[in-house]
Amino acid sequence: MAKRRDFIKVSALGLGGATLGIPLISSLAKTTLEETRGDYQSMKRTPTYCEVCFWKCAGWVYKNDEGKIWKITGNDEDQHCNGRFCPRGTGGVGMYNDEDRLKTPLIRSEKDGQQTFREASWDEALSYIAKKLKVIAEEHGPECTALFTHGSGGKYFGNLLKAFGSTNITAPSYAQCRGPREVGFIATFGEGVESPERTDIRDARCLVLIGSHLGENMHNGQVQEMSDALDKGANIITVDPRYSTVASKSKFWLPIKPATDLALLLAWIHVIIDEGLYDQDYVKKYTFGFEYLKEHVKNMTPEWAYGITTIKPEIIRETAREMGHASPSVIVHPGRHVTWYGDDTQRLRAVAILNALLGSWGRRGGFYRPETASVPSYPHPPYPEPKRNWRDAFPGQYQLADLALASGICDATIPTVTRDCSFKAWIVNGTNLIETLPNQKNTLEAIKSLELLVVVDTMPMEITGWADVILPECTYLERYDLVRTSPHRKPQIALRMPAVEPKNNTKPAYWIARELSKKMGLADHFPHEKLEDLLDWQLKQMGSSLEEMKKIGVKTFDREYDDLFFLPDEDIEFFTNTGKIELYSSALEAEGFDPMPKYTPHEEPQEGYYRLIYGRAPMHTFSRTSNNPNLTDLMDENKVWINPKVAKEWGLENDQLIHLLNQDGIRSKFPIKVRITERIRWDSVYMVHGFGHDQRKMSRCYGKGASDTNLISRVHIDPVMGGTGMRGNFVTFQLDAEEVKS
Amino acid sequence: MRYAMAIDTKKCVGCSDCVVACQTENNVPIGYCRDWVTEITDGTYPQLELEIRSERCNHCENSPCVRCCPTGASHYSDGGIVTVTHNKCIGCGACITSCPYDARYSHPDGYVDKCTFCIHRTQKGLQPACVSTCPTKCMYFGDLDDPKSEVSLVLKKRKWKTLIPEAGTDPHVYYLI
Repeated sequence: MAKRRDFIKVSALGLGGATLGIPLISSLAKTTLEETRGDYQSMKRTPTYCEVCFWKCAGWVYKNDEGKIWKITGNDEDQHCNGRFCPRGTGGVGMYNDEDRLKTPLIRSEKDGQQTFREASWDEALSYIAKKLKVIAEEHGPECTALFTHGSGGKYFGNLLKAFGSTNITAPSYAQCRGPREVGFIATFGEGVESPERTDIRDARCLVLIGSHLGENMHNGQVQEMSDALDKGANIITVDPRYSTVASKSKFWLPIKPATDLALLLAWIHVIIDEGLYDQDYVKKYTFGFEYLKEHVKNMTPEWAYGITTIKPEIIRETAREMGHASPSVIVHPGRHVTWYGDDTQRLRAVAILNALLGSWGRRGGFYRPETASVPSYPHPPYPEPKRNWRDAFPGQYQLADLALASGICDATIPTVTRDCSFKAWIVNGTNLIETLPNQKNTLEAIKSLELLVVVDTMPMEITGWADVILPECTYLERYDLVRTSPHRKPQIALRMPAVEPKNNTKPAYWIARELSKKMGLADHFPHEKLEDLLDWQLKQMGSSLEEMKKIGVKTFDREYDDLFFLPDEDIEFFTNTGKIELYSSALEAEGFDPMPKYTPHEEPQEGYYRLIYGRAPMHTFSRTSNNPNLTDLMDENKVWINPKVAKEWGLENDQLIHLLNQDGIRSKFPIKVRITERIRWDSVYMVHGFGHDQRKMSRCYGKGASDTNLISRVHIDPVMGGTGMRGNFVTFQLDAEEVKS
Repeated sequence: MRYAMAIDTKKCVGCSDCVVACQTENNVPIGYCRDWVTEITDGTYPQLELEIRSERCNHCENSPCVRCCPTGASHYSDGGIVTVTHNKCIGCGACITSCPYDARYSHPDGYVDKCTFCIHRTQKGLQPACVSTCPTKCMYFGDLDDPKSEVSLVLKKRKWKTLIPEAGTDPHVYYLI
């Protein structure tokens, strides 16, 4: 019988530096200083790349005369930020200064019949984990362990897990975010969009955004390029039931009825083919299945789409012409968080097809060919061959998923009679799964079935309350990490080095993984005692050195070939079955899915209920930054956007506290303030993701606003790749709300 | 020399990077700010307009704050930048009341504080922190007396407005519309 695991509010323990005995503190501090004292302490400016979001902009950390972090700014050479950090990167110092940070390792224990956490030394905490993992490996096999990660630590824990005998390494950024986009584009072009997106926005003449709220999602380089494109006179077409920030900067805003985007995309394809607006030479030379597509969309007229989308036929035609006239310098943007309705891969296929017709893939102002700097890997012993992996839990399903599904591993953790393998141990690094995976009940059921949950984080997030062992990681400002290599216009690397000592008893992820490897008998996989030694070895192979990178932070290399865009009449073999851009997807057909996207209607809200739409604010990253003192100062709670007509019906006032109740009877844990605004359709409500934390230890954000994830209990799984569609949830209002006492 | 700033409302996305960059650059305590973002929505769904702009001290040529300051702490510095000499300021708050833009605040250390156009940077030929970090590059800073400065050029090319012109303060922060 699986043991019951209770959520422990880390704060209830009265833990932290203050309760550590004085001698222990000083002895710890002494060793830490002696071990890691480096030249960075005397440096006024140290290079880093940001860890506040996945964009990983490279910048400089400046210190004042007292050696304290003063400010963080962008590195001019960096392609991700061009010398300009976003508010989160600028406010990244708050991640370091946050007094609510995890301070020392904690182990779940029982005291007076109550589950609680007790402080532990690193040695004890890591020995505990190693011992538990050994038992799990003996009883169930090492493949029954999984790593959930979102951040730089993933590489080290991934290395450890692979050495241990498991390849179940996953990030919610795939099945809960951009997975359908990658699969849809790979099915069409044989390549994904990648991150940062390979969009040449700065030279686009027309940018089409479908539910993508650039500017509110502060994907730095893209926002900068959008601004550049606006300067150069580009036109933006925004499709969104909400008047987003970028909608206000658009030539056309199409206030679409939610969940009908695919009908609009098909109607656009219809018009572009029907009016001959497509790039005929490109389509002829590079694509497969044009005639099938033409036949497929024959009846998908703007008039047909009008009845579904509420977008007028003449607007659909006018916007299609706008795209056609800008071709090939037009981007129908693939978006990023695209797990909406469960037919997301097909919707993204329609986006990919539109781009193919407009000839934008591989063209200036469309999509470029990115190149990634190649960093040599240090030789390590071979990994054992695992007997099974997460895919075995889903026989015959999700074959087109190119990465592991976080939600899939979560589901496969709950024991059932039909599966012979269920996961027994999770290591979770830098991702607050409670607020990341939809259907919290399911997530908690999985967690309660585990024999071991290790959480490595900087903050006492909700997930830490369910852990058996909590390992406090230091922030990116206090450590080295592997060099950043990301696909971009030019191959480029960026260095992260510590600006200051790790606070309290926190450690870098590399150190944690390596120490754990020693206790697990896997130390051969971590031959370098210090990451700096590996970095220096790698950098020297690349013609640089750690010494040089400390001074410049970012180094750019020449491209191997001058092929950022397709050359005129270039012959290209695409990585698809036909070697062509597949308008008709042979891969999808082979798996039994529609080879060309079809519109299927989605459920609509019942009377008195509104579709729950969620998004981002430029000053926050998911739930990760909600307690950051600098960023909380900019925005400390979310509000629910309600159309004035709806507000009038309910008698709601601005800033009134209400609860939200979803279609499954789930009530928001905390009340949320009403924001009455014309910027949202009457059939929907909107809120920024990442608020409504119920972990008291996060003193600034506890009980502030509501959590959308809490209300997303219904999930529409994408049958193609297992993405979790989350926009099919509906909420109504409950007016009996009271203020939360912190 | 007349320093001025022009802010393009057509490009600003309201991300507040200018606010946090100013706070860190100038050690503004958390909970206070020298600049902030205003959003104004007009119309009814779906006929809507949204103006977003980053606001701060307008460094007015005819500054009520300088005029009303009893100690001379508020004064014009080089290039017309309105600054407060902290050790001359008695924290009486007359300037806070007189400012039509609500651009000043009482610093917990007992003096009145506000935007300085990052004078410590501009004196070195650098841009103010907010301008240098803005991801949308929607802010322009420079000398109005120099017809070739970025700010002069953009004001010549684009339509612009100032805030509360009826106050007669002759502000030096312009909004491109």
